Amino acid sequence: MGVGIEVTTLNAWYGTNHTLQDINLNIPANHATALIGPSGCGKSTFVRCLNRMHETNPVARVTGTVRIGDLDIYADAKPVEIRRRVGMVFQRPNPFPTMSIYDNVAAGLKLNGYSNRHALDEIVEKSLKNSALWDEVKDDLKKKSGASLSGGQQQRLCIARALAVDPEVLLMDEPASALDPVSTAKIEDLIFQLKSQYTIVIVTHNMQQAARVAEKTGFFLNGRMVEFDFTQKIFTNPTDKRTEDYITGRFG
Amino acid sequence: MRNEHTLRAKIRTLADYAATGIAVFSTVLVVAPLVAIFIYLVYKGAVSLNWDFFTKVPKPVGEAGGGMANAIAGSAILLGLGSLIGIPIGIGGGVFLAEFGRGTRLANAVRFTADVLNGVPSIVMGIAIYSLVVVPQGHFSAFSGGVVLGVMMIPTVCRTTEEMLLMVPNSVREAALALGVPNWRSVVAITVRTASPGIITGCMLAFARVAGETAPLIFTAFGNGDWSARLNEPIAALPLQIYVYALSPYDEWHRLAWAGALVLIILIVLAVSLVRYVTSRGVLKGAS
Repeated sequence: MGVGIEVTTLNAWYGTNHTLQDINLNIPANHATALIGPSGCGKSTFVRCLNRMHETNPVARVTGTVRIGDLDIYADAKPVEIRRRVGMVFQRPNPFPTMSIYDNVAAGLKLNGYSNRHALDEIVEKSLKNSALWDEVKDDLKKKSGASLSGGQQQRLCIARALAVDPEVLLMDEPASALDPVSTAKIEDLIFQLKSQYTIVIVTHNMQQAARVAEKTGFFLNGRMVEFDFTQKIFTNPTDKRTEDYITGRFG
Repeated sequence: MRNEHTLRAKIRTLADYAATGIAVFSTVLVVAPLVAIFIYLVYKGAVSLNWDFFTKVPKPVGEAGGGMANAIAGSAILLGLGSLIGIPIGIGGGVFLAEFGRGTRLANAVRFTADVLNGVPSIVMGIAIYSLVVVPQGHFSAFSGGVVLGVMMIPTVCRTTEEMLLMVPNSVREAALALGVPNWRSVVAITVRTASPGIITGCMLAFARVAGETAPLIFTAFGNGDWSARLNEPIAALPLQIYVYALSPYDEWHRLAWAGALVLIILIVLAVSLVRYVTSRGVLKGAS
């Protein structure tokens, strides 16, 4: 089951570049939340702060608190523990090229020392079914490389890989921006199904996509969060003038 | 207008042919020396190749027959020992340069040292190991020969490992880290594994290069006219045997030297092909 995320005065830097400024945000559990905004506004940095991937960059720095469920992720836990609870799907599909489809899905568990074969088989099947890829790959699980799949299939493979470690939160950083419309529709369907079990945070450039999949939407601009509200309100009756300008296409 | 168009098209076609032609010509130039050497070796050496060559030790001057069995075995032992030393250290160094020490002063120093080491003439390597291993031990030995070959392999293995690891896209590293995999484990199980075909090529390159080394073995393995499998005794090696025989005044030995060179080159090709075959099995469909 998913858990809520509570962000308080989050600030982030890359070197001297202050990319996130005083973000306060409550992301509801078991819902999809979309983050929109022009390129470079900090929304990707924001999601990378939620699983402490931000700090894998040597010049990156972060302050503030992020609570995921009852865990203060910057005070109470190590990055590896948090990343097992907070899965991530990237903009470009990034399956492990030398691994089979099966091993790609099982990678998170295997590399953390999990070796019960029977249970692994079940988890792999369940994860691939959850990511709507099972029917397309079930005959080639161990024969084909993850890299041999099409782009859309690779992205669903990456979703399966993230689901296999049974996270509470799923972060998606523009998961469909490198995909064709058919694959995009499949990913959106998937988000729709998954959000009852996981808390999903999705960064997107595509405002229709935000409107289709998310209950709540946050608008980022120049490292600040301008507005956060129900998606319908953001798109029909935003409070802030800047939000309105952005969604009506006057800039960005 | 139309004429100009077709003229341009013709020039383009010609340019295309020219570029392809230059590429083909260069390829021929690359392959030609190896083929020429091989044909010449077969021409000169094949007549002296017989069963005895692979099973017998050299005979004293004046006696007919004899072979280089001890030198073939000796080379195998020296190269095995060298690989055992050079490959793990080289790969370890390369992993450090690309994954853990990136951008640090230590890494820059290590990279510089490796490049300098690569440029040190092999005879100097031999003298260095002579004074570091042979002199303290008090005698020539197979061990010191293995050490010198191993040390010579390190820079090539190290630098190719680094280059290959740097070619692994960062997104693959991020994918592993985002799954909660500890960094060292991600490096070993994901990054190195992804780069392994290139790393293996680097190891084979280093192996093939030192397989033909003669100069450093003169001061270390020394050579041996008889069988020896002990690491603390002088041992025969194919390049050494070829060198000694080629410089001798006897026609019979000259012929054996040609045969030895032919065998050396065939064994290198076989070893490299075998490693390639073994490591290419189990590669999945569509893996890049």
